[in-house]
Amino acid sequence: MDRTTIDLWVGIFVALGVAALLGLAMKVGNLTSSKIGPTYSVSAAFENVGSLKPNAPVKSAGVVVGRVDSIVFDAKKYEALVTIKIDKRYAFPKDTFANIYTAGLLGEQYVGLEAGGEDDALKNGDKISQTQDAIVLEKMISQFLFSKASESKSDNKDADTASKSADTKPTGAKSTELGDAPF
Amino acid sequence: MIKSKLLNSLTRTLRGIGSRMTERVWRLGAGARLFFLTLVYSGESFKRFHLTLREIYFTGVMSLLIIVVSAFFVGMVLALQGYNTLQKYGSSEAIGVLVALSLVRELGPVVTALLFAGRAGTAITAEIGLMKTTEQLSAMEMMAVNPIARVIAPRFWAGVISMPILATLFSMVGILGGYIVAVPLIGVDDGAFWSQMQANVDFRLDIVNGLIKSIVFGVACTMIALFEGFDAPPTAEGVSRATTRTVVISSLTVLALDFVLTSFMLVI
Repeated sequence: MDRTTIDLWVGIFVALGVAALLGLAMKVGNLTSSKIGPTYSVSAAFENVGSLKPNAPVKSAGVVVGRVDSIVFDAKKYEALVTIKIDKRYAFPKDTFANIYTAGLLGEQYVGLEAGGEDDALKNGDKISQTQDAIVLEKMISQFLFSKASESKSDNKDADTASKSADTKPTGAKSTELGDAPF
Repeated sequence: MIKSKLLNSLTRTLRGIGSRMTERVWRLGAGARLFFLTLVYSGESFKRFHLTLREIYFTGVMSLLIIVVSAFFVGMVLALQGYNTLQKYGSSEAIGVLVALSLVRELGPVVTALLFAGRAGTAITAEIGLMKTTEQLSAMEMMAVNPIARVIAPRFWAGVISMPILATLFSMVGILGGYIVAVPLIGVDDGAFWSQMQANVDFRLDIVNGLIKSIVFGVACTMIALFEGFDAPPTAEGVSRATTRTVVISSLTVLALDFVLTSFMLVI
């Protein structure tokens, strides 16, 4: 085999490999999408962060404006202290509202920022005071079930008393189409 | 009488186990020694890089066809099977993530290494075994040419360089195969296919870890092939046995190493 031909083929081989790696990095991986410029960090305390994880997106109006930097447990207040990094291009007012939302029904959780109306902007190291916790699905379901159960229980009670009163009712009592007369 | 017979057979069995064990350990030590010597003498293979280039041609470029074709089919099958299960849960858009993650994390490096062991590893073993049988290696030593520097090291580095390239190509072609089945044939949404993939495949944790795996497999597969060839008895039967052993040991090593590497890489 000619040496130049071998060189050519090996060159093609390596170029293909590099192209495939670039393709994987750009088209398949998240190398292009996770780019945010210089940031400032802001913290927010939540009573429950659900399954929020570091590096989760921070969105405002659905647009990614930053990333969650760290989540630590505050042992004094029994709260989760979430530090988020926001792109320096975006300034948010001091009374911005921080929520934890879920993308889709079972999707990943992210921090949603809703801008307030104040003139002063959040600065590096500030703390967002207005927060709303993550919605825990089990809690909601159990609340719903409990309320349903208590509703049906009270329904049953009404039905019981109604039937009892029907049993004990004297035989000659009037009964109209709309039910027993109250007297 | 009976007692001594029993004792004799027992000692014979134990001796058999012992000798097999010692042989294994001895071969492991000899392999490690060859690996060390290869690293020591590999300066030559970079100084005279055309030697290594020639071997990259034979191990890497010549394996391109089998890698690309099998990657394409593996990707297509993954997409078909994945779609079949995912649509039961109403999340057929996640097919891109499924195909990409399974290829980049596992199938790319592992299947490439298995194919590499069959396609290139056997060739290396047979070539070196035959060189030894026809006393070419001894002739080199007579001429004061170090066969490890001249024959072993270039092949070793060629294998180590080729494997990650082949594995990356495997993943990329497999994803394209999966794309062809999922999007034009089945009708999964084009944008969802790529965007879900991009949202869930991490460059550092998935792609780079896959590359690290394939480099480790490259070292293991090539070194096993080289050692089996170098250690083969200089007969026709010896070379044939060494070639078989190359495939068996390489495949088992790759699968075992894959488990070990994955358990280190996955942070739970």
